[in-house]
Amino acid sequence: MIPELGHFALILAVLVALVQGVLPLIGAQRRDATLMALAKPAIRTQFLLIAFAFGCLMYSFATSDFSVANVAEHSNTQLPMRYRIAATWGSHEGSLLLWALMLAGWGAAVSLRSRNLPDVLLSRVIAVMGLVSVGFLSFLLFTSNPFLRLMPAAAEGQDLNPLLQDPGMVIHPPMLYMGYVGFSIAFAFAIAALLGGRLDATWARWSRPWTTAAWSFLTIGIALGSWWSYYVLGWGGWWFWDPVENASFMPWLVGTALLHSLAVTEKRGTFKNWTVLLAIVAFSLSLMGTFLVRSGVLTSVHAFATDPARGVFILIFLAIVIGGSLTLYAIRAGAVGGGAAFAMISRESMLLANNVLLVVACASVVLGTLYPLFLDALNLGKLSVGPPYFEAVFFPLMAPLVFLMGIGPLASWRQVKLPDLATRLKWAFMVAAVTSVLLPFTFGHWSPLVALGLFLGLWVVAATITAIWQRLSRAPQQGLAAKLAANSAAWYGMLLAHMGIAVFVIGVTLVKGYGVEQNVPLDVGQGVTIGVDTFTFRGVAPITGPNYQGLAGVVEVSRNGKVVETLRPEKRAYNSGMTMTDAAIDYGFFGDRYVSLGEPITDKGDSGAWSLRVYVKPFVDWIWGGAFLMAMGGFIAMSDRRYRLAVKQSLAGLAGARAA
Amino acid sequence: MTRALLALIIAGVIALPSSAFAETALDTRMKALEEELRCLVCQNQTLADSHAPLAEDLRREVRELAVSGKSDAEIKEYLVARYGDFVLYNPPVKATTWLLWFGPFVALAGGGIAWWMILRRRRAGAEDDTPAEADPASAGIARARTLLDERPEI
Amino acid sequence: MKSLRFVLPLAVFLLLIGFLYVGLYRDPREVPSPLVNKPAPAFSLAQLDDPAKKLGPADMKGQVWLLNVWASWCVSCREEHPLLVQLAQANIVPVIGLNYKDTNALGKKWLADNGDPYKLSVVDADGRVGIDLGVYGVPETFVVDKSGVIRYKQIGPITAEALQQKILPLVRELQKS
Repeated sequence: MIPELGHFALILAVLVALVQGVLPLIGAQRRDATLMALAKPAIRTQFLLIAFAFGCLMYSFATSDFSVANVAEHSNTQLPMRYRIAATWGSHEGSLLLWALMLAGWGAAVSLRSRNLPDVLLSRVIAVMGLVSVGFLSFLLFTSNPFLRLMPAAAEGQDLNPLLQDPGMVIHPPMLYMGYVGFSIAFAFAIAALLGGRLDATWARWSRPWTTAAWSFLTIGIALGSWWSYYVLGWGGWWFWDPVENASFMPWLVGTALLHSLAVTEKRGTFKNWTVLLAIVAFSLSLMGTFLVRSGVLTSVHAFATDPARGVFILIFLAIVIGGSLTLYAIRAGAVGGGAAFAMISRESMLLANNVLLVVACASVVLGTLYPLFLDALNLGKLSVGPPYFEAVFFPLMAPLVFLMGIGPLASWRQVKLPDLATRLKWAFMVAAVTSVLLPFTFGHWSPLVALGLFLGLWVVAATITAIWQRLSRAPQQGLAAKLAANSAAWYGMLLAHMGIAVFVIGVTLVKGYGVEQNVPLDVGQGVTIGVDTFTFRGVAPITGPNYQGLAGVVEVSRNGKVVETLRPEKRAYNSGMTMTDAAIDYGFFGDRYVSLGEPITDKGDSGAWSLRVYVKPFVDWIWGGAFLMAMGGFIAMSDRRYRLAVKQSLAGLAGARAA
Repeated sequence: MTRALLALIIAGVIALPSSAFAETALDTRMKALEEELRCLVCQNQTLADSHAPLAEDLRREVRELAVSGKSDAEIKEYLVARYGDFVLYNPPVKATTWLLWFGPFVALAGGGIAWWMILRRRRAGAEDDTPAEADPASAGIARARTLLDERPEI
Repeated sequence: MKSLRFVLPLAVFLLLIGFLYVGLYRDPREVPSPLVNKPAPAFSLAQLDDPAKKLGPADMKGQVWLLNVWASWCVSCREEHPLLVQLAQANIVPVIGLNYKDTNALGKKWLADNGDPYKLSVVDADGRVGIDLGVYGVPETFVVDKSGVIRYKQIGPITAEALQQKILPLVRELQKS
């Protein structure tokens, strides 16, 4: 009964979405208040219906209702409750339902926080989101119904993929989708602006907090995926430039460009049609990512069960949504252009350079990811494009960008007085340069790439400190507290996010420069020494879990003869048949010690010897720590009061009067 | 006394965990090379990481070739002759991959030129209001914007 | 021209969609063999039934033949095996088996249980010859012409469709020359 109710709710939802997508648009075109007024109730109803459907699916998982095919394929009575609930979105169908839920959720949020937005703009925004919902809900109902019944019901389920039975894997998709789907708001605003034929600073001010929120969630989602891959898969790495990793990274790169472009559009009224294009492209890349993962077009560990029929449906959906928006852009972009002038060296020109670098970087990632497909489609052979390519291309693009990050926040709008800027940054430059040249020696081995990476990270740190110092020393207020309070959350958020990138860059540089990996066969009692740490293998013992059997190794980590940590890497064989290795990690602020079990050594008989992979990873946690700071910076920036002040009302009122 | 000390030292040495052999230069070279090769079975892992039987066979093959004096380039050629370019994660530079390898830098150059041209256009043009903005309310908004501009914030 | 610049994103997107559509019908996991139209790598392996005797491509010169890579542990081999048995009975072309990374005892038992379509099988116990042939998944089948050049490689089990539409026509054509 419950699954049928859920299914029915989805059918109702797609009908509501259709109403939401069409009528308010017509209303906006004709300035018909009644039709426009349908937007808010429609999106809220749609959200409630999809939430109800989601709840029904979750209920089916929680109660292990194996008469629902999706539950039978992805759950099991022995699965712990928290993973049974997470299994709701652990499949293609369930994760699409999560997508639809978030799309409606973000839409409902916009409808609740938009009291000051002119009706015409708001109805268009909600209508566009409604049309996208129609696409997703149709896709769900026609090709990927999570509520399909299995008759007769299975006695036992096939279990959730063991790789997903992990807290990190539970949160990673929701965070990622919050990001992907959040960009639909910027997209909807962009389409609404193109439809209306005008775009002003209030439009940018409206889009910014939503875009920042989406970007922050996407940052967290990507970081979680990377961290998960590090602590579960046992390869010691954290980014493989795998097609699906790239699929999440591409919208992030364009989203970052969009954030910066929106800043210029809001403050200076320039880059308008460029910002609109970026908003369309960011969401398009989110949709493309969805396509790539579910269509079987690219090989990836990540791919859901593939099916060309589903692939064709999504492709048609992409063609309509993206093709439609880019056509609208081609026709209307000219109408929304224009803007203030600025000098060759100004904050605007630097932000433009930021955008160029980010967009070229994104294009390169797209090129590398899809190139094997291009060649195959043209019958020019098969090749692989992997980390060596991406690193060779990506790092040279990012280096100047990170360098600019130090200068940008200190540059003034419209025109920068170069001698002033140089003087202000002199100290930061010298400190960063000297430290980055000397620091590698303390690690034992000097390399120009390490020095460069350190310079870029330290440069941003030093320049950010300079920016804060400059602002505080020029502030007219008395007292530190007052001076600090005089600055906006947006400013602090930006600085924190930039610091996050610096921390990230330093982490990547040091772990790549000084990380050590050893693949060693060890007898019981034998150890291996890397740097100051000795890893001693103490044997393997059998273990049992709720839905798996396995072996747990014991490895003692000692420094100066004293045991500081005991690591227990595991190899698990799940009852469903899949096997998994679970690496053991000793996390540390200055680095991780990491061990994973390889294979038992059997050629000398059953001596109990195993081959182990032992890693020392200096500063690796700074990678995800940096990403976390970036996301925090984003959340702080979007909480800025100016996005919530009532003063907006009069400005919006004026804009509304003009738009009407 | 000396005998006791000696005994202590010997006991200490025996009690210390014996260190496994350190990685040889060959091992380091193998690891670096295998990270650039793709496992054909588990196609999303490098040859270094994969546990597949074919991967083990190929690692053995690569090691034997290295020991017999072949260079990294020759080993890669050997594998490409049997499995095609697919086995290389670092795509070779040839006619079919010029777009791949040079594309990003051409794009960067193009982006740089576009950047330059936009800057020149913006510097040359004065404040240009599009017709859509030339109505009564915009004067107030323009003034408000100028006031906001004076505040040194993002 | 200003408006041309605005059409560019749409143009790029349409090109992309075209490629993605074609890509839907390709298999990204398939690795085509670079050995097609090149001489089969030389080898001389012990025969499964009589380890004292050896066989290699040199011995098969002058006739068109199929080399089928199989193993007792290979599940997909069972899918194509009935077709191979039928093919052998039709006596169109000799099929030589390459018993890949298997043990002789298990290999012989498998043939006894499932039928032996092979003129004979040779043993590649450690997989070295498989590497020379570019084998990456079992089963795989090669069509070799009279001068010892590989003309076609079937990756995965032979389907009736592949047999009728690709392999048999090619074999007949090669046999005529």
